[in-house]
Amino acid sequence: MKLRKILLASAALATLAGAAPADSVLKWGANRDIGSLDPYSYGDSFTINVLNHVYEGLVRYNKDLKIEPALAESWEILDDQVTWRFKLREGVTFHNGNPFTAADVVASLARVSDDASPLKGNLPAYVSSEAVDDLTVDIKLNGTYPLLLNDLTNIHIFDEEWMTEHDALKPTDIGAGVEGYATYNANGTGPFSVESRQPDAKTVFVKNPEWWDTPQHNLDGFELLPVTSAATRVAALLSGEISFTNDAPVQDLPRLEAAPNVSVLEGVDLRTVMIGFPFRETLTTSEANPFTDVKVREALYKAIDLDLIHQKVMRGKSRIAGATVAPPIPGYAPELDELPEFDPDAARQMLSEAGVPEGLSFEFSCISDGLVNEEQFCQAIASMWSRVGLAPKLDVAPRAVQTPKRTSGNTDVYILGWATLPMLDAYSPLLQIFHTKEGNSGVFNWGGWSFPELDKLIDAAGSELDLEKRLALETEALGIVKKEHIMLPLHQQPMAWAVTDEVSAMPLFPDNKPRLWFATMK
Amino acid sequence: MLAFLIKRTANAIFVMLAVAFLAFVIFRFFGDPVEMMVNEQATQSDRAELRERLGLNDGFITQYVRFVVNAAQMDFGISYRNQQDVTVLIKDRFPATFELVLVATVISLVVGIPLGVVTAVHRNSALANVLQTGSIVGISLPSFVVGIMLILLFSVTLGWLPAFGRGETVDIGWWSTGLLTPSGRQALILPSISLSIFQITMVMRLVRAEMLETLRTDYVKFARARGVPRGRVHWRHALRNCLMPVITLTGMQIGNLIAFALVTETVFQWPGMGMLFIQAVTFVDIPVMAAYLMLVSLIFVVLNTVVDITYAWVDPRLRDDTARAGGAHG
Repeated sequence: MKLRKILLASAALATLAGAAPADSVLKWGANRDIGSLDPYSYGDSFTINVLNHVYEGLVRYNKDLKIEPALAESWEILDDQVTWRFKLREGVTFHNGNPFTAADVVASLARVSDDASPLKGNLPAYVSSEAVDDLTVDIKLNGTYPLLLNDLTNIHIFDEEWMTEHDALKPTDIGAGVEGYATYNANGTGPFSVESRQPDAKTVFVKNPEWWDTPQHNLDGFELLPVTSAATRVAALLSGEISFTNDAPVQDLPRLEAAPNVSVLEGVDLRTVMIGFPFRETLTTSEANPFTDVKVREALYKAIDLDLIHQKVMRGKSRIAGATVAPPIPGYAPELDELPEFDPDAARQMLSEAGVPEGLSFEFSCISDGLVNEEQFCQAIASMWSRVGLAPKLDVAPRAVQTPKRTSGNTDVYILGWATLPMLDAYSPLLQIFHTKEGNSGVFNWGGWSFPELDKLIDAAGSELDLEKRLALETEALGIVKKEHIMLPLHQQPMAWAVTDEVSAMPLFPDNKPRLWFATMK
Repeated sequence: MLAFLIKRTANAIFVMLAVAFLAFVIFRFFGDPVEMMVNEQATQSDRAELRERLGLNDGFITQYVRFVVNAAQMDFGISYRNQQDVTVLIKDRFPATFELVLVATVISLVVGIPLGVVTAVHRNSALANVLQTGSIVGISLPSFVVGIMLILLFSVTLGWLPAFGRGETVDIGWWSTGLLTPSGRQALILPSISLSIFQITMVMRLVRAEMLETLRTDYVKFARARGVPRGRVHWRHALRNCLMPVITLTGMQIGNLIAFALVTETVFQWPGMGMLFIQAVTFVDIPVMAAYLMLVSLIFVVLNTVVDITYAWVDPRLRDDTARAGGAHG
């Protein structure tokens, strides 16, 4: 009897829903689900990207990926050079109706920089914050630091009252074994709010009618529908069950382009793919390490046919790179992008002049679930190197297996992709990859190199508040990276989204992050 | 009987402990969960600190013992990736997998048994030969290929059925069911067919073999000689005597189906336990992987133990010879 009632009730509901006018609900078929509704508890840029529709930062990227005011209207650096004062936007409310104030900013910054937060690295210079009045916040840094705004684009602002009420002031600490309220619930200021969530099946977002900004989108909402299997995702797009995917598989692009109801949006990602070298005394085989010699690194670069990889492995969709950052990234300069000449004979000559023994064997570490066609271009490079008399041992495994080997120095040559996210500035790879490994710097300096001259430039850039001067310092530093061939850039990888004809506008962003508040439907 | 029960239960517990032990030996080769949890800008010391807090620096024996002690109190910890209680996560996903397996089992019986009878009764006909050959294809096709082909045909070309997902579900207590809504039932069709293909061919071949045996027996010949109609003899008298092994095997196979549903679940984005497990492997979510493996081995152990106990109850000889009973299905 009870069951019957439920049935009747749901039938009635279905009729009601059917009677309403057709909604513009965009169905986003992603290649995976978000981890939870809490952007601060797992360092996953996709989760942060999706939740950016619900939560906002003090500043945000506009359509051209330039920083513009969001929850903060203006800012200035105070006379001590290390305190930034933000004037907050008036009249903003959270989805639960609470007004947005300075206390919310202070509590959110405290939450993200908590010891238990896996995201605290996103605010490297942060020391403390303080509410000056209801709509003014002072953020104190550990020194002069030019990139605070870049960092803040990804720091989502929570409602302090809501967090206090639900005991969510601290991020979920998995080590402590306690669940957090924010894992299941979301309350931001953004253009959409979360209506319901079924993990791995469907998360429904509805338009926030009270949004402070004038919407450029015309959506009533969107559904995030994870479809892990690439073939199924393509099928769902062809049958119109999803109207957008931010991961159209490269091998299926011709099929999608041929379909009458689907358009493919192709572009080049900001992610630069590079080869890194060990700078330790010996290789993993205990042989002497020849890669510390710049001539050897240069020879290995000359031995790679970048054009062939571009044509055959990347199917002509990548952008061949000579610089370690992509052109749209501040700090890039065209002269850094000069390509090496492919010359295997010269490479062989240089290797023998440098005293590299014929048939030198070394580990070449690649990731099977990493970059676009990584396994294939690794195989291509390995065979190109074999042709100049080396014997690379290809080691392909998932990221979770390879990363510990790399951080502990148990590998020789490796592939790394770097998109400079979330900072979108050349300072990101300079600090994280090319700087000597010490303290917070050089976390991804897996080869263990150290160039004091380079460090000096990076440190200077890291405290230079004048934009022109800072970018000049960064370009100079990238010049040293290039001259020393610390890492060998290969290409910027291709990216492809696809939409059905229901969608009339979906701006493609080179950081590969969908921003549906710019999307429109017919 | 009591001694047998105690021995069998002890056996089951030992199997579970062994599974957990092996799991923890293997987890070390899955990689480092911390590298997946923190973002790119985290410093080395942040990473080390998190690793320490999660207890990943302890030896695997220590981790294993800690897991067993907690698991004995039904505490499987918090998922690294989802930050949710693992018991709740699995409990939420179980109905999806169970309904899929249940429907697949029903399909395999409803389709497999008649096919088995037909191929046995008309064993030299063209139809039987086609079915026999078809069953070899069914047994050898990997289920993800079957799944993709079904999607291409029924979702893309014909547009009849959804390509992925579970449709609308209705909650009855903590159990969520898709059987009560039209979209839920539609969504169930393709995944359950793809999961049942192997099962159908297995049931069909088993019924065929049993039927061939039964059709040779005296009572069948006798019934035919008495003039009982052919159909009645085959479908009623002979078939009944073939069903015992089919039911036993189907029961045992439920464990297998739950475990192997993960392939089907991945292809159809079915939000069940298999999907959860696959994601846990990608993100080295150790608490989820451990709990899932324990649950699957529990299902196997329970099914086997129940079967053993039933056999022992039916056949007293097995009760005396407990050593043999222990080895047969453990």
